Amino acid sequence: MAENDVVVIAERVVGSHPDVTFELLGKAKEIASALGGEVHCLVVGSPEGHECLGAADHLHLVEGEHLWPYNPHAWESAISALLSQLKPRLVLASTGTVGIDLCGALAAQSGSMLASYVVDLSVEGASLMAVAQLYGGKLMAECDLGEGPAFVTAIPGSFAGHAARVDGVADATSHSHDGADARMRHVALTEPEKTGVDITSEELLVSVGRGIGSQSNIDLAQELAEVLGAGLSASRPVIDQGWLPKAHQVGKSGKKVKPKIYLALGISGAPEHLEGMRQAELIIACNTDATAPIFEVAHYGTTADLFDLVPEILDLIGG
Amino acid sequence: MKIVVAMRQIADLVEELEVDASGADIDREFVKFVSNEWDEAALEEALCLKEAHGGEVVVVGVDDVDFDQTLFGALAKGADRAVKLSCGFEGWMPTAVRAELLARWLKDESFDLVLTGVQAADDLDGQLAGVLGARLGLPHAAVVVGLEPDGDGFKVTQELGGGVTLTSHATGPLVLGIQAARQAPRYVPISRIRQAMSAGGIEELEVEAPTARAPKVTRLFAPEAKGRAEMLGDKPSEVAARIVELIRAKGISVS
Amino acid sequence: MLLAAVETRKIFGGTTHLERVLFYLLSLVVLVVFFAGLGLRVKKYMAGRPLDAGRFRRARVPLEKPGVSAPIPLAQTGVDIAANRTVSRRNHAVGGAHLLLFWGFLGLLAATIIVGLDYDVYGNLTRIFGGKELSFFKGWFYLGYNAVFDTAGLAAIVGAVWLAVRRIRDTKSSVALDYTRAQKPKSGYSRAAMTAGDHLFIFGLILILFTGILLQGLRIDAAGFPSFERWTWLGYTVAVGFGALGLHGSAAGSAHFWLWWVHILMALAFVAYLPFSKALHMISAPANLAVRDPGNTRRLPSPPSGHAGYQDFADFTSKELLGFDACTKCGRCHAVCPARTGGAPLSPRDLILDLRQYADRKRGIPMVLDWEERPDQSGPKNLEGRLAGEVIEPATLWSCTTCMACVEICPVGIEHVPTIVSLRRSLVDAGEMDPTLQSALENIATQGNSFGKSSRMRARWTKGLDVPIPDARKEEVEYLWFLGDFASFDERLQEISRTLARVLTANGISFGILYEDERNAGNDVRRAGEEGLFEMLVEKNMEAFSKAGFQKIFTTDPHSFNTLRNEYPAYGLDKPVMHYSELLASLISEGRVSLSGLGRKVTYHDPCYLGRYNRIFDAPRSVITSAGCELVEMPRNRTNSFCCGAGGGRIWMDDSVLAERPSANRIREAAELDVGYFVVACPKDYAMFSDAVKSTGNEDRMKVVDIVELFAEASGELALAGAASEEAPES
Ligand SMILES: Cc1cc2nc3c(=O)[nH]c(=O)nc-3n(C[C@H](O)[C@H](O)[C@H](O)COP(=O)(O)OP(=O)(O)OC[C@H]3O[C@@H](n4cnc5c(N)ncnc54)[C@H](O)[C@@H]3O)c2cc1C
Ligand code: SF4
Ligand code: SF4
Repeated sequence: MAENDVVVIAERVVGSHPDVTFELLGKAKEIASALGGEVHCLVVGSPEGHECLGAADHLHLVEGEHLWPYNPHAWESAISALLSQLKPRLVLASTGTVGIDLCGALAAQSGSMLASYVVDLSVEGASLMAVAQLYGGKLMAECDLGEGPAFVTAIPGSFAGHAARVDGVADATSHSHDGADARMRHVALTEPEKTGVDITSEELLVSVGRGIGSQSNIDLAQELAEVLGAGLSASRPVIDQGWLPKAHQVGKSGKKVKPKIYLALGISGAPEHLEGMRQAELIIACNTDATAPIFEVAHYGTTADLFDLVPEILDLIGG
Repeated sequence: MKIVVAMRQIADLVEELEVDASGADIDREFVKFVSNEWDEAALEEALCLKEAHGGEVVVVGVDDVDFDQTLFGALAKGADRAVKLSCGFEGWMPTAVRAELLARWLKDESFDLVLTGVQAADDLDGQLAGVLGARLGLPHAAVVVGLEPDGDGFKVTQELGGGVTLTSHATGPLVLGIQAARQAPRYVPISRIRQAMSAGGIEELEVEAPTARAPKVTRLFAPEAKGRAEMLGDKPSEVAARIVELIRAKGISVS
Repeated sequence: MLLAAVETRKIFGGTTHLERVLFYLLSLVVLVVFFAGLGLRVKKYMAGRPLDAGRFRRARVPLEKPGVSAPIPLAQTGVDIAANRTVSRRNHAVGGAHLLLFWGFLGLLAATIIVGLDYDVYGNLTRIFGGKELSFFKGWFYLGYNAVFDTAGLAAIVGAVWLAVRRIRDTKSSVALDYTRAQKPKSGYSRAAMTAGDHLFIFGLILILFTGILLQGLRIDAAGFPSFERWTWLGYTVAVGFGALGLHGSAAGSAHFWLWWVHILMALAFVAYLPFSKALHMISAPANLAVRDPGNTRRLPSPPSGHAGYQDFADFTSKELLGFDACTKCGRCHAVCPARTGGAPLSPRDLILDLRQYADRKRGIPMVLDWEERPDQSGPKNLEGRLAGEVIEPATLWSCTTCMACVEICPVGIEHVPTIVSLRRSLVDAGEMDPTLQSALENIATQGNSFGKSSRMRARWTKGLDVPIPDARKEEVEYLWFLGDFASFDERLQEISRTLARVLTANGISFGILYEDERNAGNDVRRAGEEGLFEMLVEKNMEAFSKAGFQKIFTTDPHSFNTLRNEYPAYGLDKPVMHYSELLASLISEGRVSLSGLGRKVTYHDPCYLGRYNRIFDAPRSVITSAGCELVEMPRNRTNSFCCGAGGGRIWMDDSVLAERPSANRIREAAELDVGYFVVACPKDYAMFSDAVKSTGNEDRMKVVDIVELFAEASGELALAGAASEEAPES
């Protein structure tokens, strides 16, 4: 029954399918089974790499002249057209490009409810209930999306436990959509520059403080960062000493960073420093001083010596 | 070029937010409201465009606590007009409602661009740019970090995550959710704001009560407190293993 | 030549009528040039803005403090000028030499005027009205004249030679005399003309003085050593010298003739040169000292009406323009400036010289060898550009910590800080500032504090106190405690605030706080150039004061102290304002508390806004010594204290561009003293120096402590948590 179906819009606007799409598929299956519907997955643009989306009952591959590379205007009309055929109960997307760029408009066009920044979703009776993270993570809102069609955009990582990467697609349909609308056309897609340092855009930061001791030890931290695919940042004394350029500084007089993980090595946690990194999702601190204030804000801590710890991590991940 | 900037107030996140008696909204009596920081970026981008290419900047928004402050600030920074819409709505305004009210006013205006912040901290039912774009039937884009007039339209650059950016050419009018302006929002000295205040100049308009629907909030609550760090011990090899585990659990792939 | 029957001499010895005419014509030309030059300058000053209560006088406000915010009495200025006190401060050698030259020169000037009066005025008047030319330049008067003014001549020569020798000797080694700019223009520059001008001035002066003495000798020699000329003791001695060299009679006479002309031409040239050169300071410096008012720095002037800050020439006050002309390039401000010392592109001397050059160019006033040359039209040569931002670079203006060291030491009474702030106001108006400063100002505008924390968090530091602090808005207290942002919000300083609270409670002081109604007092906001925000903060704080019941205010922060004490009265604050160091000192002096000896060796840093600004030097010292500590003074102490680098809004700006932070410089200075404790009386100092002790690697040697921590420990009534109770390093 279409009215109980769940549609997942694949969040792949460039490159390969990101983890969040599989998380959404996992959650979609759970919701669909609670509703007694099926899971559809919409892949817009390039059909390439769709084989791993087998978790969906139905796969819809939408192709057309203006759909690849990503073109928000063309995508919107293509998805809108398909949704009006599928008439699902729930459309799931990521609060990423698809969620922020398209879902507001899609929901408004179809008069559907929309909840964004969702971290949890369930079926309660006839209603869909969502929990959203608002006010910069300070508050959570539980809301009732009602019994009609709804859109939910979820924060990546929220349904990590449900991730369903399944190879082999049961039912794939190709759709062609002429997204040609002269009002928006593609000009260029630009990959990030590799040279410029931007610690604010890193997901993982290895951050060193005065505990690193000397310029020559920076190499050790640099190696760790490279092996982890992380950015390298530092507290002010490290910058002041000229061990790292200013662009790497975190804190009051440096950059404010919000990575997923902030690994603080030999940083005491002065207020000026905390100001710049307090909002990291997960803070792991290594400081030989058990009373260092950094442990007040860190989620995990260790009093191990950083010079013992870092080589161990490097060993573990084959640095 | 005429640029409309849609701005709004938002609870100041430096404040401790408290939940009110209904359990479904923040305590609005107690909290301080400030201009949404992304709207400030949108305003900055509009002002920069005006300075570079000429035109007019009109700031508009639905009335809210201390919204006059924001409007006077915008006028002091160089906006040409400031419009305040009121309809007697109080409390947490859903994006759908905000879009409906703004669309009602925009219908009768001519403009080339509507700029607004990419998001606000309480956007439970979606971000304004897309919802408003759909309401007006106009092309829209979010997470915009670059904007330049280009021939018969605009060159719009959006961030797609992971540092990838997309540049499109779009013919207006357009609705854009601004992530960052070409420069940090300018400082406006208090004396200029005071001048703007004494000059007045906010246009106040009554608009019809909204009809749009939004999800019903049943409960608002603080996430569990984190407290002090959980100590992983001090045996380097064990700690290292735990750290690698934690990194992987965050969905960051390390070999 | 006949021997004179009376004790006198001819004024124009042996000159012809033609030569006399020539002399008078030349003198006339010189006087015209001199007064034209002076006229140009005076017109320049008049083109500036008058102050609010007279061209050079500002309006008085209630509660002015003598020596702090009140203008300096003219009588004191008179003594200062006569004794060259401002010149000899911290430099007695130069001061002494200058004093000799100053009085010597004045003496010679008087001598010249007397001769002129006798010959040109009295002589002519008696000839015209009495038919016979008379002279009083004879007899005892003549003898005394020569004795006195020969002494003046010698004093002037000794002083001038001393100064010249010092200049030559020290130019390489002295920071003050090094004309290298702190801010380096891209195009390059040359100050060779200034150096040449200095030499022309001092050596020219020496030559004139020297030839004058030689002339006397030649005259006496030529006259055959009349015995009464022994009174002309210096000339007589020189004459004896000439005699010994075999120069006599007509040979001496003709040498006298030629040298007389050389001397007179040089002297006349000097008079003409005076208004266009470094020599101008002979007039402009005392004039500027007479109108100086260092209270302007403590209580900043309001912006010119209609302009947020200085935008063009016409915005300068007459007083500022006069001040620019008074600068002698002595470089004392340059030497003490913490910004310059730290490698920032600011030197107060260069700023004044740039502004003078700019003003003179604007007015088309020529200068003789007092230019800085540049290949392009940048800086002071940029007459069309923005004053704040182009003529003076933003980085230069933003570097100032408003420490007031320059104002304190300037021998000619120039007030750099108000000018810098007035220029900053224009930058703020244009939104041109460091992003970190911008966010601090935004935070202050929205939250009332620079930390960007909710105002409701302001009193959070009081949690953990056994005795809650009374709310001055709800109950009447004797003292209202105004904490300031750092003491309220900075986690390191909150413990010190709690210590102070405990000490005061234990000693039965009736005090309260304003809780969330306290706002940043605005001292540094104002000095950063955000006048509108300052006014808003004053309004908010005054409103809070009006709701509270108290008799006096005391502050933790010396910066808040300064603005509350000196600036708020103009907005209606009529309560006495104290600093907590004074309160602690009064507890001791009234015998309300007995302190046990801690027996530590400590040094103390005078905060700029407590010491230099408000002249509170002894209160914190008495706390330290009463706590039984041996106080080893910093080499730079009291009025010569060296800024920590945090003032004037600098604490909100990026200082990583500095080669050395002022705070680090200061800790290095303290590290030489072999003390275990670095005592402070300012929250910002605590933050800055704790950081600097670490960054200079002195953590094991020195600990930063606040005076109240010493007090609390020594009074023994309090079990202290936090810094003072921890294991202290042995000194
Ligand atoms: C106005 C102002 C602005 C400032 N802005 C900033 C800013 O933007 N950013 C910033 O970071 N700071 C800033 N600071 C400086 C701040 O106050 C601190 O001085 C600084 O953050 C301390 O850096 P740190 O933690 O690296 O050094 P420290 O405080 O010296 O800490 C080093 C830590 O390393 C630990 N350690 C030593 N050896 C080891 C080891 N082998 N293994 C593990 N741990 C070890 C020690 O126990 C110690 O806790 C500012 C200060 C001021 C006054
Ligand atoms: S106030 Fe201090 S920092 Fe500013 S110019 Fe004068 S000496 Fe330099
Ligand atoms: S401003 Fe004053 S202290 Fe500075 S060089 Fe000039 S005369 Fe000297």
